[in-house]
Amino acid sequence: MAVVSTDAAERLGIRAHSDGPAASPSRIPVQSRAERFSSFEHDDFPEVTGFEAEWKLTPVDRIRSLIDGELDGSPYPIRYPEVEGASVEWLPRSDARVGSAGAPEERASANAWTSFEHALHIGIDGAIETAMTVTRGELGDTPRAAHTIVTAAPNSRGLVVLDSQGGAALSENVEIVLGEGAQLTVVSLQEWDGSALHLASHFARVGRNARLRHFVVSLGGSVVRVNPSAHLAEEGAEAELFGVYFADAGQHLEQRVFVHHDAPHSRSRVTYKGALNGDGARTVWVGDVLIAPSAPGTDSYEQNRNLVLSEGTRADSIPNLEIETGDIVGAGHASATGRFDDEQLFYLQSRGITEDEARRLVVLGFLSEIVQKIGEPALEARLLSALEDELGAVR
Amino acid sequence: MSTLKIAGLKVSIETDQGTKHILKGVDLTINEGEVHAVMGPNGSGKSTLAYTIAGHPRYKVEGGSITLDGEDVLAMSVDARARAGLFLAMQYPVEIPGVTVSNFLRTAKTSIDGAAPAIRGWATTVRDSMKNLRMDAEFATRNVNEGFSGGEKKRHEILQLELLKPKFAVLDETDSGLDVDALKIVSEGVNRAHGTTGLGILLITHYTRILRYIKPDFVHVFVDGRVAEEGGPELADRLEDEGYDRFLVDGVTDTPEPAGAQA
Ligand SMILES: Nc1ncnc2c1ncn2[C@@H]1O[C@H](COP(=O)(O)OP(=O)(O)OP(=O)(O)O)[C@@H](O)[C@H]1O
Ligand SMILES: [Mg+2]
Repeated sequence: MAVVSTDAAERLGIRAHSDGPAASPSRIPVQSRAERFSSFEHDDFPEVTGFEAEWKLTPVDRIRSLIDGELDGSPYPIRYPEVEGASVEWLPRSDARVGSAGAPEERASANAWTSFEHALHIGIDGAIETAMTVTRGELGDTPRAAHTIVTAAPNSRGLVVLDSQGGAALSENVEIVLGEGAQLTVVSLQEWDGSALHLASHFARVGRNARLRHFVVSLGGSVVRVNPSAHLAEEGAEAELFGVYFADAGQHLEQRVFVHHDAPHSRSRVTYKGALNGDGARTVWVGDVLIAPSAPGTDSYEQNRNLVLSEGTRADSIPNLEIETGDIVGAGHASATGRFDDEQLFYLQSRGITEDEARRLVVLGFLSEIVQKIGEPALEARLLSALEDELGAVR
Repeated sequence: MSTLKIAGLKVSIETDQGTKHILKGVDLTINEGEVHAVMGPNGSGKSTLAYTIAGHPRYKVEGGSITLDGEDVLAMSVDARARAGLFLAMQYPVEIPGVTVSNFLRTAKTSIDGAAPAIRGWATTVRDSMKNLRMDAEFATRNVNEGFSGGEKKRHEILQLELLKPKFAVLDETDSGLDVDALKIVSEGVNRAHGTTGLGILLITHYTRILRYIKPDFVHVFVDGRVAEEGGPELADRLEDEGYDRFLVDGVTDTPEPAGAQA
């Protein structure tokens, strides 16, 4: 097995994927991310063939209904606690906040935008002490569109969890708007049933000296594609984008991350970690970072690491870094896909821990590094035990 | 009485340049409660012996045997060896991201004993052992060996030795990289384990300094993959004065190399 790594710092028994993007240096995209087409209208986008850069790693045949089908855009049941300083309401399409953070860049996202009837608004107005967790678990199997807007008022502080459970065939857009000095953590939690289909685009706009921490946690579902983007739109804006995913047999988990540095002294960190186990387990991570001429003094780093636990899996890991200004503090990326580190397993086994148990510990440790960063102990504990359940099948 | 017996042990590893023979027939017997020091030049195969006892997959046993109270250690998996009572304090302990020391220790203890330790008693035991080794309680919440200094890693190894209570421990250069105070603290930890459990010890070291704290019953000089000389504690002092030159010449003579080398 060839041992290749773009970053020797992490000991993983690192192996680049056969088509090699993990090992190749920063590849310049065919088309600059800055020039990508966007529109709110489904019909403005050409038919999806499945050969487009945007779709070629996605099983488009399994999600045709979301790309082109009719979507039910009506409000759906949600659960949430009363949290002082936070509000939850349904907004009409005409509300000025709709469209304030971004616009669709592909056809499924535009289909959702064209179809939603009301937008779910979660507002953080002060410093909230407890997490605002909005749970939806009764979407049903009818293809649906949804639109969510999370706003964090200037200098507000809070944690919003978007928890998705049950079955679904859902295409949606999520707008996240941080006012000046706001500090917001958003956790998008995909705990779907095994057959769920879910396409999501998150558009975050981060204001002056505001700080977004964004987590994509994908455990359940059949095809789950969550694409978060962060527009660092004003001076001193900061985004930390984290992801953790565990793909089982036949499961497709995809995340296309985009960070747009568009103002001076902005900072971003992207850290995604995944594990794959079982025949046909499939993950895709694409990390686009664009440092525009308007963003001198940018500090940016992105990394993706995948741990392969069995035969028959495939992990694509593709970092793209576009730098259009000469004045940056730092910009880097790392990507690695590999099997277990034998030295870690040996160390644990030499303390009497069986090989199976040692593997579980190592995987759980690997993934929990992301979970530990959420900063909400109850949620962290719940996610760790969910990950442990996933690991039950690993040997 | 427990006995760890190594006889005629031959070990090789696969390298890019082909098979490399490292251990060329090692004989060493350690009885319960005995302290054996192993000293020898860099690259002579000391760590190889240590790893082979623990069962590291990289080392291939070409011949000879290792038995623990008559049981074939070489037939056991790495974890079975630990459960049978063998322990290796590593020269370079491994970092395990995301796995906390406290979780690791509890999991290891549960594996070794075959049952989870009583929650309250265990927490106290761990805390006391850490205190004895002058390890801050905060270490329990840190990830295994991650960001530990060299000396902290060594203390963590000895912490495990004290908590897991093996029958035999191989200490591979546990003294290297320790400051004067740490050397004393770590040695005390080893001596506590020795005193309370009748631990047998194979202590690999380059320095006689640690032997002032941990008194060896026997000293073995390890050269070119075998034990070249054995003696009591006085041998260590002699090595400190004279170095290994005497043995290195012998080593060359022993090897069936070109005749010219024997001059
Ligand atoms: N993975 C490896 N690849 C190549 N050579 C190896 C490997 N492991 C051990 N060796 C070689 O085997 C020989 C014995 O190594 P070993 O680590 O056992 O020596 P040592 O006596 O512990 O040395 P030191 O005192 O420096 O720790 C050395 O020549 C070393 O280079
Ligand atoms: Mg060594």
